[in-house]
Amino acid sequence: MSRSSTKISELRLDKVCREFGGVRALDGLDLTISGGEFVALLGPSGCGKSTALNCLAGLLPLTGGTITLDDRRIDGLQPEQRGFGMVFQNYALFPHMSVRSNIGFGLRMAKVPKADARRRVDEAIRLVQLEEHTDKFPGQLSGGQQQRVAIARAIVLEPPLVLMDEPLSNLDAKLRLEMRTEIKRIHQTLGLTTIYVTHDQEEALSLADRLVLLRQGRVQQIGSPEEVYTEPANRFVAGFMGYRNELGLPVSQVNEKTVVLDGLGGGLTGVRRDDLGARAVAAIRPEDFTVGDGPNATEVTVEVVEYQGREQAIQARTDDGVDLHLRADARLAPGDRVTVSVPPERVLVFAAESPAAPEEVA
Amino acid sequence: MAAAPAVARPRISLRHRLAERGVDRTLLLLLPAVVFVVALFIYPFVYGLQLSFQPQAGSDAANKYGTGPFADYRLFFSDPYLRNTIWTTLKIGLPAALFNVLASVPIAYRMRGRFRGKRAVTTILVVPITLGTVLTAEGLLAFMGPTGWLNRILLDLGIVDHPVRLTHNYWGVVFSLVITGFPFAFLLTLSYLTGIDPTLERAAATLGAGWWQRFRHITLPLLAPGLAITFCLSFVLAFSVFPSAIMVGEPARQTRVISIAAFHAAFEQYDYSMASAIAMIMGAVELIVIGLVLGWRARLYKGATGGKG
Repeated sequence: MSRSSTKISELRLDKVCREFGGVRALDGLDLTISGGEFVALLGPSGCGKSTALNCLAGLLPLTGGTITLDDRRIDGLQPEQRGFGMVFQNYALFPHMSVRSNIGFGLRMAKVPKADARRRVDEAIRLVQLEEHTDKFPGQLSGGQQQRVAIARAIVLEPPLVLMDEPLSNLDAKLRLEMRTEIKRIHQTLGLTTIYVTHDQEEALSLADRLVLLRQGRVQQIGSPEEVYTEPANRFVAGFMGYRNELGLPVSQVNEKTVVLDGLGGGLTGVRRDDLGARAVAAIRPEDFTVGDGPNATEVTVEVVEYQGREQAIQARTDDGVDLHLRADARLAPGDRVTVSVPPERVLVFAAESPAAPEEVA
Repeated sequence: MAAAPAVARPRISLRHRLAERGVDRTLLLLLPAVVFVVALFIYPFVYGLQLSFQPQAGSDAANKYGTGPFADYRLFFSDPYLRNTIWTTLKIGLPAALFNVLASVPIAYRMRGRFRGKRAVTTILVVPITLGTVLTAEGLLAFMGPTGWLNRILLDLGIVDHPVRLTHNYWGVVFSLVITGFPFAFLLTLSYLTGIDPTLERAAATLGAGWWQRFRHITLPLLAPGLAITFCLSFVLAFSVFPSAIMVGEPARQTRVISIAAFHAAFEQYDYSMASAIAMIMGAVELIVIGLVLGWRARLYKGATGGKG
């Protein structure tokens, strides 16, 4: 077991495949991660992101492809030989061990001398701020505290790679935000290469240096949070990254970079992202609409208003019967008639047949 | 107007107040169980207990130790022929129960996941439960007796010169207890094992623990309280061995277990008082063994094991 080389320079996944009874859960994943990077695997449930993580951890054997860590092939190794730290969705803390023993388990397995192990456990406990709970058992801790133990247990060995499988999905909204900051802080402190699986695009955007979007086991886009957010590669990524309005409209005029669609008042001008047929799908974020006259203006009737503090989430209907989701600072009420507009560069037009994102997951 | 505050205090109905203390109509559901326990356990037990303190006039105990309340007990513990039945039974029951529990662990460990044919394998392992002791004994005699298949095969292969004696002695009874007791131990162990969250072992693996370390540090400590219970039940089953001790054992000497002594006193000497005393001693020995095991179990972690069970 080589646990010594903590900092890696490169982890490479080459055409990694995993089948379950003929179904390809992971279909040719190519990904190169450099040392210290924080990469998020993002996608809806069943997209293969957890499969990818389990393959990396060695908990699932590959059915194809290779994984190399600094020019050393590791895809044939057992999980205990890889020495990656992993944080599980349900924390998987050992219920019969105290917080201290949980965190020290990996050091014990690695036969680290007692004094050294004690010092490192203390350090990890301090890092996750659990100093007052060292002798408690997991059952006596709150969800957030259990999560901290799980993180401390995974990082105390300073593994070459930390794998996190939806670690925040079992926490309530407030705690989730808190732990998100915590994970970011720990990553900044230790600089451990991290792969983080989530279905929450906000979590991925705020934590990761790079995002990998997966759908049905295939990569849809790899890029920085900004790239993925502002320039989604296809309709699926757009839908997943918050382009909530997807309007299927006939194409009336195609230019080199822009396209005009029929509908939404006097026609909708947007940015062309695909080769288009007779019909296309315009993807628009709710927050890109503004109430008032401007480009792509159309008149709508307000139907549902959700108060969200600083602004309101509004569902409105055009005179053609198209539902629009938008956000507005102005106080509107159901039944109001307003003009809304959206800048053409914020309207992404994709081919109608490109796959859509699923309905938003909880 | 002075009485107003007293009137204003809302009166909680009696039914509500009783329900707060867990007394409501669902308690009636316990009635059949209570009747059964009283009629089939408490009454016979108390009856037997008082009978054991009333030595029968003219019995061996009364002739030797008078008609004081402890005459039967004194006879039991002073007569080696009676006293030794405790050791004889323990010598059969403890190893059989221990073997059943220990053998069930690796098999259940291997079988806790999902795999093809799991149901078939489980059925084969559990079928002996459905066989009565008598059928098992018949089978043992036919298979392992001096002219049984096993001995014939061993003789034909030249592995042994004389038939190996595996029935009508100590081993026959132990085999019989293993055949009938193992399925119970296996089913219990399997259900305890599936109650342990499999992610715990996966977590241990990512922390560098090999399979033995995972079993030793994670699974075994979480399973141990369940194994203690499984052992207690297996032991009680084995300790009350009676039919197989007669049919495949050597009931006069090697396998003269305590229940045979009780049977002998009750139905051959018609000394119900002595038989009751033996039954009480039998219960006390079982309680001591279970008490020791549970005492050890009390020192283990017994909380949630994170699984579905």
